[in-house]
Amino acid sequence: MGITVSTPIHRLALVILALLLVAGSSPPSTAATSALDAALPLLEGRDLATKKQAVQLIATSGNDRAVIILDALVTGNLYFLKSDNSLVIAEKNGDSYLAKNALLGTEIGPVEKRGLKKIGINNALRSQIRDAIASLSLDHADRSIRLRAATQMLDNPSADTARLLRSALPQETDDDVRKVMQTAVSVADLASADTAARLAAIQQLAGNLHPTVRNQLLKLSENDKDDKTRTAARLALKEIDFKVDLYGKAEVLFFGISAGSVLVLAAIGLAITFGVMGVINMAHGELIMLGAYTTYLIQQLMPQHIGLSVLVAIPAAFVVSGLVGILIERSVIRFLYGRPLETLLATFGISLILQQLVRTLVSPQNVAVSNPGWMSGTLEINGVLSLAYNRLYIILFCLIVFMLLSLVLKRTPLGLQVRAVSQNRDMARAMGVRSARVDALTFGLGSGIAGVAGVALSQLTNVGPNLGQSYIIDSFMVVVFGGVGNLWGTLVGGLTLGIANKVLEPWAGAVLAKILVLVFIILFIQKRPRGLFPQKGRGAVN
Amino acid sequence: MSSHTLIKGDRDSQVFLSLLLVVAITLPALNLLVPEANPLHVSTYTVTLAGKYLTYGLLAIAVDLVWGYLGILSLGHAAFFALGGYAMGMHLMRQIGERGVYGNPILPDFMVFLDWQELPWFWYGMDHFWFAMIVVMLVPGLLAFVFGWLAFRSRVTGVYLSIITQALTYALMLAFFRNEMGFGGNNGLTDFKDILGFDLHTDATRVGLFLASAIALAMGYLACRYIVTSRLGRVAVAVRDAEDRTRFIGYRVEWVKLWLFTFSAVLAGIAGALYVPQAGIINPGEFSPLNSIEIVVWVAVGGRATLVGAVAGALMVNYGKSYFTAALPEMWLFALGGLFVLVTLFLPQGVIGLLRRKESLK
Repeated sequence: MGITVSTPIHRLALVILALLLVAGSSPPSTAATSALDAALPLLEGRDLATKKQAVQLIATSGNDRAVIILDALVTGNLYFLKSDNSLVIAEKNGDSYLAKNALLGTEIGPVEKRGLKKIGINNALRSQIRDAIASLSLDHADRSIRLRAATQMLDNPSADTARLLRSALPQETDDDVRKVMQTAVSVADLASADTAARLAAIQQLAGNLHPTVRNQLLKLSENDKDDKTRTAARLALKEIDFKVDLYGKAEVLFFGISAGSVLVLAAIGLAITFGVMGVINMAHGELIMLGAYTTYLIQQLMPQHIGLSVLVAIPAAFVVSGLVGILIERSVIRFLYGRPLETLLATFGISLILQQLVRTLVSPQNVAVSNPGWMSGTLEINGVLSLAYNRLYIILFCLIVFMLLSLVLKRTPLGLQVRAVSQNRDMARAMGVRSARVDALTFGLGSGIAGVAGVALSQLTNVGPNLGQSYIIDSFMVVVFGGVGNLWGTLVGGLTLGIANKVLEPWAGAVLAKILVLVFIILFIQKRPRGLFPQKGRGAVN
Repeated sequence: MSSHTLIKGDRDSQVFLSLLLVVAITLPALNLLVPEANPLHVSTYTVTLAGKYLTYGLLAIAVDLVWGYLGILSLGHAAFFALGGYAMGMHLMRQIGERGVYGNPILPDFMVFLDWQELPWFWYGMDHFWFAMIVVMLVPGLLAFVFGWLAFRSRVTGVYLSIITQALTYALMLAFFRNEMGFGGNNGLTDFKDILGFDLHTDATRVGLFLASAIALAMGYLACRYIVTSRLGRVAVAVRDAEDRTRFIGYRVEWVKLWLFTFSAVLAGIAGALYVPQAGIINPGEFSPLNSIEIVVWVAVGGRATLVGAVAGALMVNYGKSYFTAALPEMWLFALGGLFVLVTLFLPQGVIGLLRRKESLK
């Protein structure tokens, strides 16, 4: 059964297939060239049987130009140049034709129409050529080309593709390609005249998430003559829609968790300085900004190794922000313990100074931080759900930072001292804890974590002097919402707010979603003034 | 209690009000009566600048009332200021009438630009001056009342309160940036033409606005002075210093907080309403958390719990800002930041505290 109507989509698909083949083919051997040479003269003349033989020869020649020549033939762009009787691919350009040598691909230049002789084909020949092109790609040695060819056929199903795919299926060794091929066969079967075949195909396709499958089933559920088929299609469609919806929700959840991870990263340093020490550090955002600028500077130092630079930047940012933090603690904050509102003002002043410092020393404009290659790309789960690697890494990174920080606080001598000082300073001092040193180190730890968060943020947003300001309010919200003095609260709070934001976004818009979350927190604090997980015991008394 | 007995025996108040009176008389006189060529002439620009400073002074008093006397560090007072400003801005927008770029008699330009067909309901009545003035006080007051009612009843205090007030102004800023809100979005409200029929661009109107600001400041000062010297004021100080103890004695702490907070918000709204016609614009940037913190710094610089100090701080910091941003724009944030740090570290009582200490040493 041949195709009698040539649609633009089919043609486009074939051209893409042809290009794919050229891109992935090996250099031509001399044998392949000679087979092609032998075939080309057969195209001359009017005898269609000879032409058919020629097409067969070209298709089996193994030459990488074969697909291009066949494609030109099927689109009617293949001509003989009358002057030297060579084969050319020509396209109309104004009054004349632009010609290329078909075998070599070399430009010949404009040729008059009179100098060309078109190679005519009929419909039977046309479908033979299409088959040839498609099977050339389905048999290709490169897995990715086979996969793309099969996907192409899936998107443009026809009885012919089904036949080709059926014949290619037994030889296919790769599971992914097989799956696509089977789907494509089933999709093509949806157009079958045989009702049983259509029903079987619908069964096969139920729950399949490829967009073409859904479109085809939708058509079937509305237009099929057979009642049973329509119902089956509708059921299959329902199953697909259910899955799409489910995966859509999973995607929102994923976005929410990744947005929440960013919040947690930004806030977790604050959970230490604010939560454990009771210091309201308004310069926290600027410590994040310093971390981001450290990433930028490291990238400037090692422009050849962007992939590595981010990893180097993590400890570097920790050290830079940590040292600045210790400096702030020693020079200002230590005089203000027990006066939280005054610390707020003083550290806000410091934040202004740090901002202006970056403006003066680096630049008032945003700086360009590059993303390493391993951060880009997506992890495809199925047709509707794909997870961006950078978001995945952020989530992972956030969890690692969280666990490390918990370990430091729970399992190290420093952590023990930090908790001792935060619970009862005088008693800790009496036990020989050097509280001033612990204060400085704790503040340095919280600040260092802010710097590490800055490295992560540099991969997600613009790095500029105002970077910190845009995160400071969110960070405070997370800590207050989660419950002060509680790392778990920060984690749960951050993730909750991130997810809430992303869930609200589709129907409220990004800004309104943010406003709603803020209003929610304001109301929540009225209800539970100490946050989600309030601190218990003696440490809770302010 | 008459205003006479209110300031009797209080040298700070006497000095402050006399100074205000002197300034309120000399500046307009030097502007309107002295010819421009004369070196003593004060430009209209300066008069307007001084007028804006006076509204800042009123705003600072409002913050000082709740922070200095009640211990509530509000990081959202700029929101009340901006809301009052927006209410005034809406009135002035309606006054433009057909003189706008698009010549629409009812809709302000930005609504025509957004292709809106009719005036949103919350713009109704804003063409009447008296109605707009009620809104100026009502909206900030109502917001503060609802917010305070929720917060003070559940005993949200200290840092938590500061942070949620900051969240409040931040949320409002985001909201006002939206075009859909109907307040001009990003660009805010501007291009005002006249107020109560007086052209806003003439010297006389400017002087009038300056005088109105001076009077508002004096009235606001006297009102706050009345409050802090009254019984309510003493209870407020008790709440600030020992909230639980005050509650156990039997005072309804939350009501004290609520009324003072609401009154303070109304004062801030009035300051905003006076500020807008002098500044010629109001936009969502006024809601930014930075602005609120700046107000707190004015009060801290001048001296907490000294109403005079709040005004002095507002004037000094803003004069410094005007000077620095013109002469050394790079240095302004360094200076402001340094000021924050130095004042909190070395001047817990502010400039007024410093002066008083010097006096007592004599």
